[in-house]
Amino acid sequence: MEPLLCFPAVPPTAVTSVLEREGYPWKGVDRAEGADVDEPEDGWSGAVICTSADPAGAFALCRHLRAREVPLAPIVVVLPTGQLADLELREDLFDDLCIEPVNPDELAARLAHLFWRTGRGLRPDLLEHGPLVLNLETYQAAVAGKVLDLTYMEYELLRFLAARPGKVFTRETLLSRVWGYEYYGGARTVDVHIRRLRAKLGEEHAHLIQTVRSVGYRFGQTAWTP
Amino acid sequence: MRSQEEYVLRTVEERGIRFVQLWFTDVLGTPKAISITPAELENALDEGMTFDGSAIDGFSRVQESDVLARPDANTFQLLPWHGHGSAGGDVPVARVFCDILDLDGSPFQGCPRHVLKRTLGQAREAGFTFYAAPELEYFYFADGDPSHPPTALDSGSYFELTGADQSSDLRQQTVLTLEEMGIPVEHAQHEDAPSQHEIDLRYTDALTMADTVMTARLVVKELARRQGVFASFMPKPLAGVQGSGMHTHMSLFSGEHNAFVDADRPGGLSVVAEQFIAGLLHHAGEITAITNQWVNSYKRLVSGYEAPIHVSWAHNNRSALVRVPVIKEGKAESTRVEYRAPDSACNPYLAFAVILAAGLRGIEQEYELAPEADANLFALSVQDLSAKGIVHLPGSLHEALGAMESSELLADTLGDHVFEWFLRNKRAEWAAYKSHVTQFELDQYLPLL
Repeated sequence: MEPLLCFPAVPPTAVTSVLEREGYPWKGVDRAEGADVDEPEDGWSGAVICTSADPAGAFALCRHLRAREVPLAPIVVVLPTGQLADLELREDLFDDLCIEPVNPDELAARLAHLFWRTGRGLRPDLLEHGPLVLNLETYQAAVAGKVLDLTYMEYELLRFLAARPGKVFTRETLLSRVWGYEYYGGARTVDVHIRRLRAKLGEEHAHLIQTVRSVGYRFGQTAWTP
Repeated sequence: MRSQEEYVLRTVEERGIRFVQLWFTDVLGTPKAISITPAELENALDEGMTFDGSAIDGFSRVQESDVLARPDANTFQLLPWHGHGSAGGDVPVARVFCDILDLDGSPFQGCPRHVLKRTLGQAREAGFTFYAAPELEYFYFADGDPSHPPTALDSGSYFELTGADQSSDLRQQTVLTLEEMGIPVEHAQHEDAPSQHEIDLRYTDALTMADTVMTARLVVKELARRQGVFASFMPKPLAGVQGSGMHTHMSLFSGEHNAFVDADRPGGLSVVAEQFIAGLLHHAGEITAITNQWVNSYKRLVSGYEAPIHVSWAHNNRSALVRVPVIKEGKAESTRVEYRAPDSACNPYLAFAVILAAGLRGIEQEYELAPEADANLFALSVQDLSAKGIVHLPGSLHEALGAMESSELLADTLGDHVFEWFLRNKRAEWAAYKSHVTQFELDQYLPLL
């Protein structure tokens, strides 16, 4: 996840501690120019704007972020009760608000909700290859939309291979990289697991894992060979 | 928490699993399960589930009766006949195999899975990994109630290509369900007797295979039950036709290489393979009580039904106890030994453990292998057999227990707890059988005497 833009450059600890606890990376910004100069390559994930210290600067920044070609969202405004009136006619500048003093659980819940709704933020890592999708966050694998019921080692083996398509691995490499611990199965275990994975992938997709004669295994297609 | 456990917890949550069955096996190989909810799972993975072992066959002890079932997270698997999958069903359920532990966390000596793990540990110390591929034979009976006399579901025979019949459909569905669970099937076929079927499992390490045999037996029975059919692994359910064996193909690997192969020797069998076979033959009598553990098992081990009765080995002689299948050109790595005594109703953990222990003993003590039996042993007279030095397997549970009782190998392999309990339990079974007056006796003797 790309970082959240935070205002001011040093936001209140009550806010940053929530961001850190919940695993949101963030970066403090002082002025509108900073929002552009410091912007990460894939854009800010969103913004948390704390208005209490400098309300005018805070709302100017909000306006700047919303006026961009692709308006930034979501924006959360953190403000004391006394500044609630300042929100009038600025409804378009933020997506949600949180009252100071901050209740950490409330802020966490609002962030989680916003990022769920906008589909950004702590998005699960997906590993896709043709019809195969691995969700590294939830450990789930699906082929052509059908969820696979894998054991842990089958999942780990598939993940290892799918992350390195086209590359050939020997049984011993797979055993040491995927299993990595002493196992009753020995080196033939790899063959057994490959066979089980192919059975679960089903006839139609079993070819995703290819046997490379007298070497080992490869995931996915490789350059055309005669 | 280790990532295996995290994987299990996450999958349970993601897939909306409602129950997790903790599977384990009693000393006789009967499957047992404790069903828990996802809420209890984390604790079970962490600390194990305490339960009273005194009600489980072979788990009872004089003092402490509580034991722990601790899930082996690597074996976590959704059950395709619940909630989803081709067999359909109600709510999603998963299973995980458990190791049984004492309350202090050390392995419980009565746990069959532990007995096998310990023996596999010995093999590993000697530099070997043990692979097994059993062929499971069983019958389908038309009446779902086993208290009724068994009636065959079909009248097919060996390799018969029957049309649309219920038992072949059931067998196919079973194979598909096993594959969905990641259990590859080498092949499946109609066996010799009416309604008798065979599913050959593809080799894997022996611990996984013992788990797999338990799963496969359950899948066969469960899918049959759902169609009102009764599937049975009883060794000899019908007199006059073949019984159900569990011929087991085995090999030892050192790293990536099959330790049974030596291309420089005639026949391609290594010294290790010969010693392993010699060990199997030498201790065959002692391990039979485990590989053939029921009174009924010995009704299968009789002449005339392709079941072994003599302690011998051969390359391609199906009357031999140990067969070394002839390997196709260029397929040396699939060299293996087939042990033909076990039946489908054995406890696979204990059976694999004692078979492996017998073979390892042969390697350790460098046993000499006797020449192979080339003749059809079923056709030889008692004199011919004894001239060749060929002894027979135990002919009854009683004989088998006698051979087991005096076996140091079995006491070492099973451990005192299992060894003693098993003998006690089986002696009681024999005593109950011995005092029973059978239909055979009534038919034969009552009119006459």
